[in-house]
Formats: sequence, structure tokens, C-alpha cells
Amino acid sequence: MLLTVLVFLPAFAGLLILLLPSARAHHARWVALLGSLVALALSIVMFFDFEKGAGFQFIDRASWIDVGSFNIQYFLAVDGLSLPLVVLTTFLTTASVLVSFSIEHRPRAYFACLMVLSTSVLGVFTAMDFLLFFLFWELELFPMYLLISVWGSGRREYSAMKFVLYTVAGSAFMLVAILALAFSAGTFDMEVLGNSTITTAVLPLGWVFLFLFIGFAVKLPIVPLHTWLPDAHSDAPTAVSVMLAGVLLKMGGYAIIRTCVTILPDQANDYGIWLAAIGSISVLYGAFVTFRQTDVKRLIAYSSVSHMGLVLLGIGALGTTAMVGAAYQMLAHGLITGLLFVVVGLMYERTHTREIGRLGGLARQMPLIATGLVFAGFASVGLPALAGFIAEVTVFLGAFQKHEWAVIMAIFGVVLSAGYILWTLQRVVFGPVRHEWDGADDQRHWWEHASVVGLAALVILLGVYPSLIMDMLDPAIGVVSARVAG
Amino acid sequence: MSELDIVGPQLAILLAAGAVLVWDALLPRRRAALPYLALAGILGAAIWTTTWVIRGDFQTAFDGTFAIDQYAVFFQYVFAGITAIVVIASIDWVDRVGRRQSEYFALVLTASAGLMFLAGARDLITIFLALELSSIPQYILAGWGKDQRSSEAGMKYLLLGAIASALLLYGMALLYGFAGSTLLTDISAAISEHGADNRSLLVVASVLLIAGFGFKMAVVPFQMWVPDVYQGAPTPVAAFLSVGSKAAAFAVVMRLFFEGLGEQFLSNDWAMIFAVIAAVSMTLGNVFAIVQRDIKRMLGYSSIAQAGNFMIGLAAISIAGEHFVQGASGVLLFVAAYAFTNLGAFIAVIGISQRIGSDNIADYAGMWRRAPLLALALAFCLISLAGIPPTAGFWAKLYVFNAGIQADLVWLVIIGVLNSVVSAYYYLAVVRQMFLGEAEEEKRLAISPTVGVALGVATVGVIVFGIIPTPLVDAAREAAAIFAAS
Repeated sequence: MLLTVLVFLPAFAGLLILLLPSARAHHARWVALLGSLVALALSIVMFFDFEKGAGFQFIDRASWIDVGSFNIQYFLAVDGLSLPLVVLTTFLTTASVLVSFSIEHRPRAYFACLMVLSTSVLGVFTAMDFLLFFLFWELELFPMYLLISVWGSGRREYSAMKFVLYTVAGSAFMLVAILALAFSAGTFDMEVLGNSTITTAVLPLGWVFLFLFIGFAVKLPIVPLHTWLPDAHSDAPTAVSVMLAGVLLKMGGYAIIRTCVTILPDQANDYGIWLAAIGSISVLYGAFVTFRQTDVKRLIAYSSVSHMGLVLLGIGALGTTAMVGAAYQMLAHGLITGLLFVVVGLMYERTHTREIGRLGGLARQMPLIATGLVFAGFASVGLPALAGFIAEVTVFLGAFQKHEWAVIMAIFGVVLSAGYILWTLQRVVFGPVRHEWDGADDQRHWWEHASVVGLAALVILLGVYPSLIMDMLDPAIGVVSARVAG
Repeated sequence: MSELDIVGPQLAILLAAGAVLVWDALLPRRRAALPYLALAGILGAAIWTTTWVIRGDFQTAFDGTFAIDQYAVFFQYVFAGITAIVVIASIDWVDRVGRRQSEYFALVLTASAGLMFLAGARDLITIFLALELSSIPQYILAGWGKDQRSSEAGMKYLLLGAIASALLLYGMALLYGFAGSTLLTDISAAISEHGADNRSLLVVASVLLIAGFGFKMAVVPFQMWVPDVYQGAPTPVAAFLSVGSKAAAFAVVMRLFFEGLGEQFLSNDWAMIFAVIAAVSMTLGNVFAIVQRDIKRMLGYSSIAQAGNFMIGLAAISIAGEHFVQGASGVLLFVAAYAFTNLGAFIAVIGISQRIGSDNIADYAGMWRRAPLLALALAFCLISLAGIPPTAGFWAKLYVFNAGIQADLVWLVIIGVLNSVVSAYYYLAVVRQMFLGEAEEEKRLAISPTVGVALGVATVGVIVFGIIPTPLVDAAREAAAIFAAS
């Protein structure tokens, strides 16, 4: 029951928000905050209740559609891989609500969408029936579409539609693969699928793997399927960028480990080298393109492409260490990029520009925001004692033996990231003061402090005490890599 | 008597048709009661059908030319539901047109009785007569409006319908010439005895039959009439055409081809024809639907694409062999889900277009603020047509695609899912227009209660079966099981 409550709690809060009378519309944010805080508390309770290395837990299972050979269950469960992502989601949902506290345009609909988005992502991370998983995967499109197209900026409708079409096109292939898999195994149950050996299907298993991979790679995103991401990020409101970079991209990485690699280990072995290659190309390409960005949000978006490439590189190596590194990188990137978007959002609220050329010397006018940006930037570069460092090192260590050239390429990408981040910091935070921004406030509301400090604290925590998460990831990933190793 | 008992539901409806005419002649001042008289007849038919379900003792009548079995019962319910909703939705429209109300309802009822006869027909002559019984009233109804467009629609429908009937008769004549009987069971026996020697003749007959029914199903290349007729015909009639005659055509095609021409050597031939028609219909229908500005034309093209989806199921059944029931029940599920979804969409269009006096999609902008319930209902129906969860349309599509995968028609399913993506684009464009577009005026639209009721029934069906599809899936399976036995 606990997991069901957790997953649907945000959506329930969203429903309550919609039922608020219009005179009380400004209370929407409090309901949203309360809902997301309770969800966060619940997920933390589960995190500490979780018995490490004991497989799937908090199982909620019921038969949903049971007709002939077509059995679909309502089946939620978490293991050591998904639980940290669940906590990440509830945490970032809370942060997103906080950074949206000053929203004035149709606040009820806004917070309701944000809450439904949270439910759908939680559903993706916890669903263990392949079709239920697919449903949650699709459900996420509605709130995202609305959030970008109604509350976004710039070419918001174009970006929102592009986001939806890319995802839907990917999930079309995913659906074919799901049906093919379920038909040959006779079940949609991901736990059973992950324990059985599938040798034939109506289409070659390599294709099944590829189809699933396409659906997830769009979300990750990999080069060349990434072009929706910068558009979506630059036109989305701050909180949505936080959710998008923080958890939505992770759905792709999570799903590749959970389904592609776990269900089809032989094909993963065959294609592992390709995953690693695509991963390191994404790292390098993303880094190079990041250099050319003049819009802060687009810059972070492309750096995300680069960082998520590391995830794919780790998965492609297929060893326990590398995949643990990949999972850790997802968490670290979620927190760090979330923080980056929060800080940049605060900056944008005050200056109404994201052009790097128009910013400069902000350390004078907004010292707190500038501090946050510098901290997040360092974390993004992979400064030791911060979360990103642990993740990158683990991925490189794990993947080096198997794909050394790919790792070497990726390390170049990381070096480049130091370049573009420091260069950006130099131009935005330091340098000559621009008097244009003399009157702008610094970070001053409690909700702004809370979201920045909370995220930064977790980035440090994961940087100095990695075993908190590693101990949980390790056994869960160990099962997967043991399957791959045969 | 027992034979009349078997066709009781149809007789009840025909009786109501007569009663409507007499009532109007005798009590012209009490015209308002006409639609309720019609509804009473439909209710009678539904109850009579239910007694057959309870008796459970299915049998044939008139020397085996007509059967009441689970398959017929399923479709009788579907047709009763369709007719009832169309009658309710017509009340408002007929009132405004004012003239010849009794004839309108009598024709709708007669057509409906024809559809019901089709569901149980097991003989070429019966099939042809039932088809004409349903078609001729529809030709008249298409030309019911006073304007030139409607007359053009009626004429076009009549002329092309006549050609289709001719093709159909030609195919039937060939079959009769070959088998020496018009009974489907005799034809089947003849084919299994010496059909292999006459394969070319049988293939020609199949092609002619497919062409004849293809007109009714509105699949490419027999679709030319659809957009013009849907646009020109009065909207309630267009709604009736788009679901009633299409569903009936699929009902009879399944029975004709699987009971009569189901022999394996032959079915592989026509299954390929179905598969190709499916691919072409989906693709062309969707591509043309994208560029439409008139919502009725858009729904017309979309219905062509939807017919292509049904066809995936038909192709899957014939190839699958042992997975026969899967495909057959997939088609049935699709027919039922599509019927109510498309009706819902058309009724919403009736409600909106009447008030704003335009069928232009651009004029639907901001409908969410002007008529929230109508907009919401139309949005749900469009989402269901696009096959997005949590709606009945999603399960229907899933089931049909699943059948396709099981029948090894992966290429067709891939075309199908890609087409779903394309269709999502134009269906959701209307939704976007309604919810995000800026209305030119903010005046609230008054919606007549009858339209509200009809729309409510359809939309609630779409959502309820979207969340709890099991009863519908079960019913479809039971109905499809009759083929497996033979």
C-alpha cells in the first residue's frame, strides 16, 4: 500500500488543488508543497526501511486485466536501483514547487500539472508491469506539454510539440517491442521477464532491443536524438526545467538498465560496445556544442546531453562498477543540474535575460545567487567531494577495462566541461559590473533559500558519503550484471 | 413463431419505425414524443437481445440464413447503442430543421434494423438484402439537409453506393456459381472440397467482395466519398454513417470471410490484401487528415485511417491460425470502442458547430472557456481516437496491435504505431486549439440537454472502458469465439 500511496499522493494533491475555489487559488502552492513534502517524507521513510540487497520490496500487486493470454497487472515495487530515483523525484518535486512559489498565471492548473507530472514519473520508476510502465511513460506527456506550452516562454508551443512528438515516436517503437516481448514470454511482468531467458520472438531479438533502446534513448537523450532537449529547456519555466533535467531524463537511463539490459542480456552483450560508443560521442559532441551556446539555459541543456552520455557509457560497459557509476551519475546529475536550473531561474526572474553577453559581474549585485551558481558550476565540472566527481570516477573506473578508447574520449569531454563551465562563470558572475542590473534584488525569499540550500546540501552529502547510495545500488545492479555475464 | 422470436430485436425496431410514422399522422401536435417512441423501440430490441443472452440457447432461423449467436448479440448491442445515441443527439437538430421529423426517425430506425440483420446474416442473399435495407435509408438521410452540399452528399453516396453494390453482387454471383448455394456453410464446404482447383475464381470473387464492402468500411481506395459526404450530410447523419455502416461492414466481412472463405489456402491471399489496404488506409487517411481545416472533413479522413486500424485485426486473424480469437476479438473491441468514441466526437461537433455556426477548426479556439464540458468531452474522445491512455481507444489499439504481433505482421504493426503518432498530432491539435487558443469572443455557449445526454453517455463509456476494459474485452472474446469453434 505504501508505494501506491506514495505514487498517487502528488496526483491526489493535484486533484485537491483543482477543486480549490478560485478565491483561494493562491493557496494552490501550499497544497502542492504539503503534498510534495509528505511524499518526500514517505519516500525517505521507505529509503531507510529498505532492506539492502533483498530484491524487490514494498510490492503492491493486483490483477488488472486478465483475459486469455493477455494479463496485465497493477504491479508496483522498488529495488535498490529504483528507490534512490524515487527519492530523487520526490525531492526535486518539492524543490520545483518551491521555485514556483511566485507563479501568478493560473496557479491552480500549474501546480496540478506539476503534481501529475510527479505521479507519472514516480509511476515509471516503480511500475513492474511492462504495460503499466508504458502507461505511466505516456501519462507524463500531458502535464509536460501543458507546462511548457502554457507557462513557458519564447517558442513554447513549438518546443512543447517537438518534445511530445519525439517522445511519442520513440514510444511507438517501444510499444512494438513490449508486445513482441510479452508475446514470446507470455507475460508483461517485468520481474518474470527479467528472470527468464528469452530466445525467440516474432521479430529478431536484436530488433526488440533496438526498438526499446530507441524509445529510451530519445528521453536520455543521445546524440543525434537530442535536439528536442535544448528547445524544451530554453522555453520551459524554471521548475519544469528542474523536473525535466532532474528526473525525466533519468527515466531513459533507468529504463535501459531495467529493461534492455536486464531482460535481453545477450543482446546487451552484443550491443554494449555501441552503447558505449554512442555514450562517449554524446559526451564529446555535447561538450563541444555547449561551448557555442550564448543562452544560459541552452548551455545547461547541452551540458546535460554531455553528462547523460556518461550514463550510457557506464551502461554500455555492463559491469557492476560501471553501471553503479551510471546510476550514481543519474542521481548526481539530477541534483546538480536541478540546482543549476534553479539558480539560473532565479537570475532570470531578476534580469529577464539569459543571454550570457548581457550578463556580467553579477557577483556584486547578487552575491548569493552568484555563490549558488559557482557552487553548482563546480559540482557540474566534477570537483572532488561533490556528487558528480564520485559518479564520473566510478563510471571511468568501471568502463576502462572494457572500452578504454571510449573512456579516453569521454574524459576529454569532461575536460571540456571544465572549460565551458569556468568560462561561463567568468563571463556571468565575474568580470566588469554591468550597471544595468544595479537595482536587481538578490535571492531573498525563504523558498528560494530552501530550494538552493537543500539541493546543495544533497550534492555535498552524495559527494562525501557515497556509500549511503552505493550500498543500495550495488546489490541491485549486481543482479543485472550477473545476468549479462551469464 | 420461433423464427420471428429470433429476429425479434429487428422487428421491434421496425415496429417502432412504423409507429413513428403513424403517430405523426394521427397526432401531429404531439411530435415531441417521436424520438422517445424511437428510443422505446431500440430499448425493446436491446431487451429482446438480452433475453437471448439469458436463454443462452443460440440458434439459426429461416433455413440457416440467419443466426442469433454471441457474435450477432454483440453487434446487436453495439447497433442498439449507436442508434440510441444518434436518436438522442438528433432531437435538437431535427427540431431546428422542423420538417418531416417522423420520416427522419423512421429512416434511422430502418437503417438500424438493416444493420442488425447484417450482424446475424449467414447467407449471401440475406447479407445483400440487409445491406441494402441499411444503405438506402442512409442515402436518403445523407441528402436530408436543405442546402446544396447535403444534396451533393446524398447523390454522391447513392451513386458510389450503387457501384459498390454492383461489385458486391458480382462477387456473390461468382461464389454462388462456384458453390451452387448462397449459404456460407455450404460455400465453405464446397471450397474445402474442390476450392484449390478454382483458386483464381475464388480470389477474383474475394477481391470483388472486398471492393464492395470496402466502400462501406471506407478504406482506401474506396474512400473517395467519405470527406464530401461527412462534410455535406447533416452532422447526426454523418455520425451515424461513420460508425453504423462501418461497424456493420466489418461485422459482415468477418462472418463472410471466416465462415465462408476461411480455408487456409485462400485466406492467405485475402489476408495480404487486407494487410496492404490497412497500411495504405492508415497512412493516406492520416496524411490527409493533417491538412484539413474543417473538423467534419478531418473526422472523415480520420475514420478512413481508423478503418485501416480495424483491418490490421482482420489481417491478423486470417494469418494467425491458432491465435485467431485474439485478432477477431481485437477487431470487435476496436469496433465497439471506435463506435462510441467517434459518436462522442461527432456529437460534440454537433453541439459546438450549431452554436458557433462553423465547422472550422480555427473557430474552436478557446472553447474550453466557452463550453468547458463540451470541450472536455470532445478532448477525451479525440484522445481516445488517438489511442492514448486512459481511454477505451488505447486498449482497442493495443489489442489490435497485439494481435498483429502475434500473427507475425510486425511490419504492419510498425506502420500502425507510427500512424498513431501522426494521428496524435492532428487530434491533439484540435485539443490544443480548444484549451490553449484565444477565443475571439468569450460568450458562454448554451448546450441543449439532449446533446449533453448523448455526449455524456459516449464520453463516460470511453473513460470507464479506458480504466476497466475487462468487461468489454470479455464480451468481445466471447463473441469472437464462435469462429474458433467452426
